[in-house]
Amino acid sequence: MRQDWFATLKESALTAAVAAALMLPLIGLYTSTKAGGLAIGTRWTELAIGVVLIFLGRFALLRIQNGDRLIPLIGGAIVMIVGFLLPLPNGLLTVCCIAGGAIVFLRCCLAWVTGNLGLEAEKQPIAARTQAFLKKYGLWLGLAVLVFAIIFPWLPFVDRRFIDLATLVLIYVMLGWGLNIVVGLAGLLDLGYVAFYAIGAYSFALLSSNYDMSFWACLPVAAMLAAFLGILLGFPVLRLRGDYLAIVTLGFGEMIRIILINWVDFTKGPDGISGIPKPTFFGLSFSRRPPEDTESFHQFFDLQYASVDRIIFLFYVVLGLALLTNAFILRIRKLPIGRAWEALREDEIACRSLGLNPTNIKLSAFALGAMFGGLAGAVFAARQSFISPESFTFIESAIILAIVVLGGMGSQVGVAIAAVLLIGLPEWFRELQEYRMLAFGALMVAIMVWRPRGLLSFREPTLRLHDDDSGLSR
Amino acid sequence: MTPSLLTVEHLSMRFGGLTAVDDLSFDAGDKQITAIIGPNGAGKTTVFNCLTGFYPPTVGRLLVTIDSEKFQLERMEGFRIAREARVARTFQNIRLFPQMSVLENLVVAQHNPLMKASLFSVAGLLGLPVYKTAEASAVEKARNWLDRIGLTSRADWDAGNLPYGDQRRLEIARAMCTDPVLLCLDEPAAGLNPRESAELNNLLLSIRDDDGIGVLLIEHDMSVVMGISDKIIVLDYGRKIADGNPETVRNDPTVIRAYLGDEETPVDSAYD
Repeated sequence: MRQDWFATLKESALTAAVAAALMLPLIGLYTSTKAGGLAIGTRWTELAIGVVLIFLGRFALLRIQNGDRLIPLIGGAIVMIVGFLLPLPNGLLTVCCIAGGAIVFLRCCLAWVTGNLGLEAEKQPIAARTQAFLKKYGLWLGLAVLVFAIIFPWLPFVDRRFIDLATLVLIYVMLGWGLNIVVGLAGLLDLGYVAFYAIGAYSFALLSSNYDMSFWACLPVAAMLAAFLGILLGFPVLRLRGDYLAIVTLGFGEMIRIILINWVDFTKGPDGISGIPKPTFFGLSFSRRPPEDTESFHQFFDLQYASVDRIIFLFYVVLGLALLTNAFILRIRKLPIGRAWEALREDEIACRSLGLNPTNIKLSAFALGAMFGGLAGAVFAARQSFISPESFTFIESAIILAIVVLGGMGSQVGVAIAAVLLIGLPEWFRELQEYRMLAFGALMVAIMVWRPRGLLSFREPTLRLHDDDSGLSR
Repeated sequence: MTPSLLTVEHLSMRFGGLTAVDDLSFDAGDKQITAIIGPNGAGKTTVFNCLTGFYPPTVGRLLVTIDSEKFQLERMEGFRIAREARVARTFQNIRLFPQMSVLENLVVAQHNPLMKASLFSVAGLLGLPVYKTAEASAVEKARNWLDRIGLTSRADWDAGNLPYGDQRRLEIARAMCTDPVLLCLDEPAAGLNPRESAELNNLLLSIRDDDGIGVLLIEHDMSVVMGISDKIIVLDYGRKIADGNPETVRNDPTVIRAYLGDEETPVDSAYD
């Protein structure tokens, strides 16, 4: 819808007024301790700058929608420069200034290059175009990402902390893919997924500390224990769907955590388990001075000892496991069992009338989902070398679920992107200090506004009769 | 005398104080189209739900005979009825898998043989040829059905995006992909235009004659019922009030009374 200047001004003013009303208590006022109690202080400058910024931002975006590109472009650039140069009263305002200016600036560039003005009517084709693009270049894109992941630890700007973070992101990618089987494919809302993660981590930790078992021996055991527990959880909740299932799984997740805290003899309770060994390279450890009669990695290959080797190796271990997970899920989705999961998500009654046994289908989804959770848990324990029940709280389940939902239910690539955004970015946002979680929340809201069904929400049929797109209805 | 394909004996279904089906007995033959008709609320869909295991009947026996092997449906779980007694059904409100493609809908219906062929996913995961052949033949069967219902060109559409009439036909094809011996159709002609219901007639006749299975049909559209049924059962208030071939039923005074009311009854009390 096209508007004249007056209408644009009016709408921007309205937006600014709403923002002012909201920000008055949130930003305009604050409490501070004073002798004799709390006093209320004010931050009118910050409030004013914020409202002006919002007014300008809304105005610029509306102008772009009306086909006006030059003025917002210059305006965005000016705001950005102002953000860089002027000493604003606090750091967050500087960030908002620069980021807001940059968003407007980039939006103008996009409008200029593609002619896309961001109107409602134009949104559908974008989703369709993304899908067409991915279909055409998806394989190459996947290969490029894979190559990048393989050379990642050797890139010049990558340091130890960065590799460690990438390992964590990959663990969450695995968790997301595992939960995606249960939530995205089988349509069973599971809020207690962290239980399987915990089982995997504790299986490895306990087996290695009590029986001296190595990482590689524990990995399949952890996966199988978690899968077994998945079936155990599956049985009582077979009849439940939707909200009811979510509540029961939530309770299950909490139960496991509370057992871990209270069964002190077995799990060492809240103290956690420390000294969990790192994975070895075919029996070669990564320590500087290995115990008698054994050789370590750097001695065997006659290398200079570097403590980062161990972290790089763990990164590759997780990368390999994640790739394995991906291959497994891509494959099983195209098998009868994968199609049965999706059919169950679509209509359970129809499934039964076709002779599909819903019990087996649900249990297999729970078991396989839990298995990948267990694998990820074992890797997590190896990465941390210390685990305690605190790592397996409900918020973890919520984050994994958020990764699946934001990524687009059922989409492997979407889940991977969402894991990078949700786990990687908060680390990057550390610069924002106490506003970190605010930025995190804003990001989630932004994704849901921009892509209500997740980043990549389209689904490719598992079987096709025609090779071209002629038969597709979009 | 060979037993008929489906024998229903003294079927009753009560929901609390309400008796939806009351002491109903009938037979449905192999290679025959048997229609169940009756005014709204006569208990037709309840009979179907008992047959396909959605409700356990309060009283009664439901017997399916395949090559002298007998299955007592009232004692079987819903999915076993479809798998072992080979009774397939469609629904009054269409229940396709809307976000899966048309082809996938038909392949999901062949889940059990495919699952066996994939050795419970092991052969499938390893990509063994035994599974590949099974999958190819499942797709071939689906394609054959798509040709029969005229949807081959739309095989890769999402099922939910098909026009209504196509969805109805797809649901029938999906039920047929389970290899049933008895196909239960719950108002397949509802919402179809005259041309589509004529096509449906041909499809049902071809299922009876070419596939050689029994069809049990609930329908309000009399052009379908009278045109293709071999036998008609009329229900009213959960009771059978007539059965026989279309000609007999059409002229049966009790049936006319159930549908049109008594000649002597004043109009306003007939609608109470």
